Amino acid sequence: MAETTIGLAGNPNCGKTTLFNELTGSNGYVGNWPGVTVEKKQAAWRADKSVTFVDLPGIYSLSPYTPEEVVSRDYIVGERPDAVINLVDVTNLERNLYLTTQLLEAGRPVVIGLNMCDLLKERGDVIDATSLSQRLGAPVVEVSALRATNLDALVSKAVAAGKAGEIPAGARCFSPEVEEALGKIATIVSGSCDANLVRWYSVKVFERDSEAVKQLHLSSDQLNQAEKIVKAVEKARDDDAESIITSDRYDWIAETMGACVKKAPKRLSMSERIDKVVTNRVLGLPIFVAVMFVVYYLAVSTVGTWGTDWANDGVFGDGWLWNPADQAAYETATEEYDAGYYGDKIDGFLAAADAAGLDTADVSDAVAALAEDPEDADAQAVVTDFVAEAGAAGIVATDVPMHDGDGNFLDANEEVVTRIDAEGEPVLADGQELAVIDAVTAADFADAVAAQESAPALEDYGSFVPSVPSVIEGWLAAAGASEFVTALVLDGIVAGVGAVLGFIPQMLVLFVLLCFLEDCGYMSRVAFVMDRVFRRFGLSGKSFIPMLISSGCGVPGVMATKTIENEKDRRMTAMLTTMIPCGAKTPIIALVMGVLIGGSDAWWVAPMFYFLGLAAIIVSALMLKKTRMFAGDPAPFVMELPNYHLPTLKSWWLHVWERISAYLKKATTIIFAASVVVWFLLEFGFANWEGGNGAFGFLSLMDGAPEYYTDYSLLAIVGNAVAWIFAPLGADTWQAAAASINALIAKENLVSTFAVIYGIGDATENSVTMWSGFAGMFTDASGILHVGAMCAFVAFNMLDAPCFAAIGTIRRQMDSPKWFWFAIGYQCVFAWAVGLIINQLWELFALGNFGVWTVVAFVLLAGMIFQIARPMPKTEREDEKILSDLSESAA
Amino acid sequence: MTTLRDVKVGESATVAALTGAGALKRRIMDMGLTKGTRVYVRKVAPLGDPVELTVRGYELSIRKDEAASIEVTGVAQGE
Repeated sequence: MAETTIGLAGNPNCGKTTLFNELTGSNGYVGNWPGVTVEKKQAAWRADKSVTFVDLPGIYSLSPYTPEEVVSRDYIVGERPDAVINLVDVTNLERNLYLTTQLLEAGRPVVIGLNMCDLLKERGDVIDATSLSQRLGAPVVEVSALRATNLDALVSKAVAAGKAGEIPAGARCFSPEVEEALGKIATIVSGSCDANLVRWYSVKVFERDSEAVKQLHLSSDQLNQAEKIVKAVEKARDDDAESIITSDRYDWIAETMGACVKKAPKRLSMSERIDKVVTNRVLGLPIFVAVMFVVYYLAVSTVGTWGTDWANDGVFGDGWLWNPADQAAYETATEEYDAGYYGDKIDGFLAAADAAGLDTADVSDAVAALAEDPEDADAQAVVTDFVAEAGAAGIVATDVPMHDGDGNFLDANEEVVTRIDAEGEPVLADGQELAVIDAVTAADFADAVAAQESAPALEDYGSFVPSVPSVIEGWLAAAGASEFVTALVLDGIVAGVGAVLGFIPQMLVLFVLLCFLEDCGYMSRVAFVMDRVFRRFGLSGKSFIPMLISSGCGVPGVMATKTIENEKDRRMTAMLTTMIPCGAKTPIIALVMGVLIGGSDAWWVAPMFYFLGLAAIIVSALMLKKTRMFAGDPAPFVMELPNYHLPTLKSWWLHVWERISAYLKKATTIIFAASVVVWFLLEFGFANWEGGNGAFGFLSLMDGAPEYYTDYSLLAIVGNAVAWIFAPLGADTWQAAAASINALIAKENLVSTFAVIYGIGDATENSVTMWSGFAGMFTDASGILHVGAMCAFVAFNMLDAPCFAAIGTIRRQMDSPKWFWFAIGYQCVFAWAVGLIINQLWELFALGNFGVWTVVAFVLLAGMIFQIARPMPKTEREDEKILSDLSESAA
Repeated sequence: MTTLRDVKVGESATVAALTGAGALKRRIMDMGLTKGTRVYVRKVAPLGDPVELTVRGYELSIRKDEAASIEVTGVAQGE
């Protein structure tokens, strides 16, 4: 059986997506149309795989102005599907038929599906489908995409029409003088195009549609003839040709409506009643804020974050407990165990014994061994002997300092001591007292060692589910894999893919909410409410949602740009939205807060970073709007506010799944590859340490490799090679460059990279040792902390290219190498410029340092201000699609 | 000349001419705001812009700047 391709065309919100999903089960190919960010969906019919559906973007017209419309008409006229199904929303028949009149001219068999007839019946209106079919000159089928009724009949009719090649003649929808003119033009163009497309091209020539006229290759003589015909009608009607065509279509439709539709007396519909409240002048804003708060609260603060934590710390971390009761018990036990300060007792006593001249090296190894395996007889013997020896010597450790879970000193009020000196000793404020354990005897020590055994462990609980890495580790061990293979698989591949999959729970929550808002019709009200704010800097109200979501995670944020109708806005929002600090950037913010204000509760520091992000977006938007790539008339904000309706669970879920599966398929590949590359850079290097032989290899397995071997890795070499880029930002160390590269896997890696590089083990962004280490990087020989350099470094990492997951999503969204690299390049260059300006201005005003880079900073700053302040440049009207005179196109 | 921008919430008017050009004008016409169409200004957004219109039986949102390119006649109270 021959393959049949059917295009699905229709207005936005006419139920086309529901129809497509219903027909295909939505397991098809989702990509973009070549060269534009417009989504292209294609899938086979469930009932007959030889029939393929191509879901065209939702459009109102086949005008040459928007990419959606151009893609659709190029497809129908150029690629010539076997048939076109035009789905029409009968509750909005008048406007929907406008597209229909154009589709009927496009030279392909058309079958019209009247959707939502049930809603119309509720309203009490009646449509005479037979006479409508006669007037349109094409088959009409009443269907319900939502309830899946009559869909097979619709498709069968379309397949049959395609086989029979029933090309509609096109509705005679123009006034007599226009029809006459079109007839004359038809004789001119008939030799230059397919017989089925004569009507189409006649109308296009009449409209002076340059894209279409170009394809005809008419001689200048023919064009002049046509121009004369059009001019005459324009003069008679005192209007331009494009308006005449549009008006005539709508006038004909109004007449058709009168003949084929019996309207019931108008009542206030449910949708109108809802809308009266929801976008009310007074209640509109509070309701909007409440809805956005609920979305943010569920997706970012609570359910979404639980999901992400579960995925990252549990499934890809230490494993997890499926029974919440076990989880609660585990947490209580951990709290109780921590309250014993056993670790502090052990360390304190060993230090005291060491000071008293006892040999403790073996003992601490034995203690560590017992923590792993309490049955270790050798270790037990060592500890027992030591306890006896120390007890006999009468060793008592006094004033042993207590630490919290992040390894910080505590004061008597159980507050963290936020300052330490170069030796790591606590620096106390006046009146502050260190929290200490008064005395630790040998018996206490023995108890503490014994207590280690009772340290709560997840795997001791019945509902323990091991983590993916540990399961894979088990398989690898069973298969006898080498240490290198194990490291590659676990740290390179599993960790990289895990970072991607970890976002899934949060994205699921988010898309469940957003798809609901989109499907029920509230999303366009969001744009309606927020437009006033966003148009100030050249975007529209629809850019709000992606930015809100990006404060949780940039991946779904970039994906949410799909709902923006205007392509320029869509591209710009996808480029800029990741500048909002996402959840993974909060550890960086916490780190800076720690250094600057010692972790005290200065509530205003964290919001500053959000303002930095917002300011960066606004400045970028204002600057980019005036570049050639984004210039042009502001996008018209002429937007339909569709009726509210409750989506069905099935169409809702299909919508969510479509978004998530697309992310999984496309994003994983690039993130996967990039993670392995960075892992390779971090783990491989040259053995150039003292006593090393300079050979290249896998560092952690090489003889004599130091515990913190990153200094010798390829990443360090790369870091050194690119450190000069960061020099004007005040951080000319390879560590800064290496951390920025590593942060591309996931932004929170910035912090952990420093922990590795500075050898402070498992210090976190809440550890005072980490704060002092981080501050140390920006402290010069004379002991001055260069706050500007630190802020510049952080600002750079906040604004530059996001993590690989988000980069992958941007690539998928842009679907064009040029735009993708432009986006990433802009982000990095802009971030660098902001960093430079921050650092140089601080150096100048705080320290009085002036140099070449200070000048560069001022030049950049002035350039930015100029670009923002200058008037919109006059652009050549490349987007002029309608000619003022047909003979122009001959040139 | 009165434009749609001057029509208050709760009033309706008839489109007389479109003064814009290019994409904007075509888009406004494609959405059904052609010469002779009756338009009702349903409401204005909480921040004062855009406005919501009822045209050809559905709801359309349009910025005030864009409304200024639509000349109207016959302004009257009610739908």
